[in-house]
Amino acid sequence: MTLEIIGISVLWLFLFLYVIVASIDFGAGFFNAYSAFTNKQHILTGIIQRYLSPVWEVTNVFFVFFFVGIIGFFPQTAFYYGTTLLVPASIALVLLAIRGSYYAFATYGAKINHRGYIYMYGLSGLLLPAALSPVLAMSEGGFIKLDDGSPYLDYWTLFTSPLMWSIVVLSLTAVLYISAVFLTWYANKAGDEKATDLMRKYALVWAGPAIITATGIIFELRGHNPEHYARILDLWWVFAISFLLFVGTVYLVWKRRNYGLAFILLVGQFFTAFFAYGASHYPHLLYPYLTIYDSFTNEAMAIALIVAFIAGLGLLLPSLYLLFRLFLFDKDYVKGKSDYHA
Amino acid sequence: MGIEDSAFLSRILTLLTLSFHIIYATIGVGVPLMIMIAQWVGIKKKDDHYILLARRWARGFVITVAVGVVTGTAIGLQLSLLWPNFMQLAGNVIALPLFMEVFAFFFEAIFLGIYLYTWDRFEDQRKHLLLLIPVALGAAMSSVFITIVNSFMNAPQGFEVLNGELVNISPLLAMFSPAVPTKVAHVMATAFMTSAFLLASIAALRMLRGSDHVYHKKALFLTMKLGLVFSVATALIGDFSGKYLAEYQPEKLAAAEWHFETEEEARLILFGVLDGEDVKYAIEIPYALSILAHGTPDSEVIGLEEFPEDEIPPLWIHYLFDTMVTIGMWLAFLSFVYVVAAWRNWSFARTKLFRWLLLLSGPLALVAIEAGWWFTEVGRQPWILRGYMKTSEAATTSGQVDLMIILFAGLYFILGVGTIVVLTRMYRRNPVEKELAAREADKGGDRQ
Repeated sequence: MTLEIIGISVLWLFLFLYVIVASIDFGAGFFNAYSAFTNKQHILTGIIQRYLSPVWEVTNVFFVFFFVGIIGFFPQTAFYYGTTLLVPASIALVLLAIRGSYYAFATYGAKINHRGYIYMYGLSGLLLPAALSPVLAMSEGGFIKLDDGSPYLDYWTLFTSPLMWSIVVLSLTAVLYISAVFLTWYANKAGDEKATDLMRKYALVWAGPAIITATGIIFELRGHNPEHYARILDLWWVFAISFLLFVGTVYLVWKRRNYGLAFILLVGQFFTAFFAYGASHYPHLLYPYLTIYDSFTNEAMAIALIVAFIAGLGLLLPSLYLLFRLFLFDKDYVKGKSDYHA
Repeated sequence: MGIEDSAFLSRILTLLTLSFHIIYATIGVGVPLMIMIAQWVGIKKKDDHYILLARRWARGFVITVAVGVVTGTAIGLQLSLLWPNFMQLAGNVIALPLFMEVFAFFFEAIFLGIYLYTWDRFEDQRKHLLLLIPVALGAAMSSVFITIVNSFMNAPQGFEVLNGELVNISPLLAMFSPAVPTKVAHVMATAFMTSAFLLASIAALRMLRGSDHVYHKKALFLTMKLGLVFSVATALIGDFSGKYLAEYQPEKLAAAEWHFETEEEARLILFGVLDGEDVKYAIEIPYALSILAHGTPDSEVIGLEEFPEDEIPPLWIHYLFDTMVTIGMWLAFLSFVYVVAAWRNWSFARTKLFRWLLLLSGPLALVAIEAGWWFTEVGRQPWILRGYMKTSEAATTSGQVDLMIILFAGLYFILGVGTIVVLTRMYRRNPVEKELAAREADKGGDRQ
């Protein structure tokens, strides 16, 4: 295994973790808003806040980790993606900022319960994946062009591309599906039957659209980037495993059995699909300009980064375990029996 | 829009984001230590007031942390969005501390979440104190690593240039550039100092508003003592920073001091205005610049004449330097007077006027932080990587930076106003007297 592969695998893993934890976060905001809209807010708000409050900051770090890491391992991405993404990334940043600070302002601080804010918070959770996911479309090539050696983003081609819109729809449905399955499990753990039923319903509603759009994108790629499509076909069996895991999750949720296992299967489904997609993208970071080989940092820095990464994980994993034990797997906390907020 | 325009606009947006972020970042680095000290004093003295102090500070701290996190994310990404050419070059050499900063931040985020949501969950307050150590440590370490990145931009090393390419890169050497000791120490000391004065301002405000609860007196005395310690430390480190500049970045020191000709027995210029090459209305202290630069009154200080015209930083940084130093000196003096007066029980320390001065200390410290950062950043113009890459070569070629300035200015306005509104509401609805009474009632309930 070369250093390049280790580097991109580490980053891809962190992006995956961000996708999962951010989906839970974004989806939770949306379901909270939707339940306020349908006057069912009292059912969900407590559950959602209990989960999000101690962890939302940690969620954010996964994102920072990914973009700092990619500049560290692959400095040339700063040149191509940095130059072209100014506008979309700034919009995503503003949404992220409003979301994070609003959450802290509202739940830790002033305890604002105004509906307008709740809707805005929910809506921003859907706008964010929509703002972040076009980057995946760009990496397929055809949207970033060169003008006299400096790259620019061709907005017209991007916004008229069915591939870009399919990816946006996939990110939205996936966010809602992942979040719903997780919250079903979490509500069930809290012994809250009403919230469990509501979230179970949402999970089943979003399962279909999520899998349909995911499949659709593979076919979009056939026309857009045949090289990539061919490599995806080589990995068909991994996608097949992913599909079986999906069936398993839906079955368990449908039968109201073992929500914990259902969530694990869901993570497995996205893990396999995400890594198979990543592997088929190999070796390109930005088709056709950047591969992981020509943009890689020097060897000394790569080794230093990997050493720092291992040392960092040694610190992080026990801490994350402690966090989960205290909040995710602590019965009294989950059930909301005691409020220990400072 | 030409490259010069986008370079200028990128500088404006970076200035805007960083100026806003450092307010929250400074609080983020300093306040956990103050909370930790209050908690520790409370446990040691078995005084519930200090524990409550820690708890109330922690509540307000969450709000500032939230804004610090989101603006920090903004500047983290803006580095690549606005300065892609710089990040491409520097990413090869300086990625390690950036990466480690994220780990420190991660560590802090995890334990802050735990700390905030486990109040009273542990019977023993000492266990709860243990959770604060990783929070304060993570906060301090992230400031260390990010200042290391900034030090590299001021004193790049750890690579060689061969045919325009960077070769023989040593990540560790790049991390420990000569600017690191003074910069890191100064950033940390000023963050602690500013946080202490900000918290003192709150206590002074409550006392001015007519509350003479002993809780506020304890808070004021504790924070002013800490303010004194850290402002003295800041002044000492500031002196070392001057010596560092004289040795490694003489053009920055010369521009700050309007020191045009290389000479021995150089005088220090305080205040004044610049008219062409004439300095007017200034207070001049003989030999002081030589002492600041090299420690002896007769040593030689390099003047601006030694540098090419297009490599000299703008001369208005003198005003920033003066602002920073004057405020620093004033705060050291003020806290010293307060601590002596409180200790000797002098009555003037309880007058309205004196409390007004104490109230102003926090905001003034923040002004000094801003002035200090502007001084150090503008002082290395025209370089983004001193001696290697000019700022104009590093900026994005994108033509939409102007729109982004408006977008982010709007965001920071909302966040700034939001912080103030939420914090005042939070404390006004639940003043300490009310919270203490509620706790008394709780305890009474337990006994029955």
